[in-house]
Amino acid sequence: MSAQRQYELVYLLPAEASEADLADLQSQVEGIVSRFSGTIEKTENWGRRRLAYEIGPHREAVYVLHLINGPGELIKELDRRLKVIDKVVRHLVVRVDEETLVADRRRAERQAHLAERRVQRGLPPEAEEPAAPRNDDAEQAEV
Amino acid sequence: MSDTMDQRSQGGRGGRGGGGKRDDKGQGGRRGGFRRRRVCKFCAEHIDHISYKDAKLLAGFVPERGKIQPRRISGTCATHQRKLQTAIKRARQLALIPYVTD
Repeated sequence: MSAQRQYELVYLLPAEASEADLADLQSQVEGIVSRFSGTIEKTENWGRRRLAYEIGPHREAVYVLHLINGPGELIKELDRRLKVIDKVVRHLVVRVDEETLVADRRRAERQAHLAERRVQRGLPPEAEEPAAPRNDDAEQAEV
Repeated sequence: MSDTMDQRSQGGRGGRGGGGKRDDKGQGGRRGGFRRRRVCKFCAEHIDHISYKDAKLLAGFVPERGKIQPRRISGTCATHQRKLQTAIKRARQLALIPYVTD
């Protein structure tokens, strides 16, 4: 099988959708994911939110987010199916593994750099709290 | 409304962001108020990953009209403006942020 990747899937259901609709759709997504030997890492229900603009008759929608690990073919199929299902007002799939990797690396780099600087000043490597940005102090002094 | 579409719109704008003119650098003679030095919010606050899910954060870069605020006004650095642009466009697809408001 092809490489496992991480994707974020968000879909919008009409605000008047019942719990059963939600559960039904969720099981459909789970079905597709397991068929392609992927896994759902996280599921978040953001609940009802006002839409920034009207989509057809809808002014509010229920947002559901899934974090999915799986191959690209899985997402292709998922995307196709979600387009077909009328109940889904809108959906978006985004690949996230590369971005989180980069973000993690940058954070680690920064922490290593901070620790190094603290050691140079003769302090223990871990700070209690990150040093306050100097800009803020300067601004306050001006006022 | 899939990711592929998102990618395409990204590609179309890609060539434009790079060669921005920086002619506001040398002119100190701004009459009137003192302009605060602009600092990229994402660099200052160490926000590594700009997510389309954070509508509250993105809304700060989308003025009333709904357009994306240019870099010369917000002070965002080129790297983060590019990330911000994708995030805003994704958030728009999910109706977290408006395309236009009149």
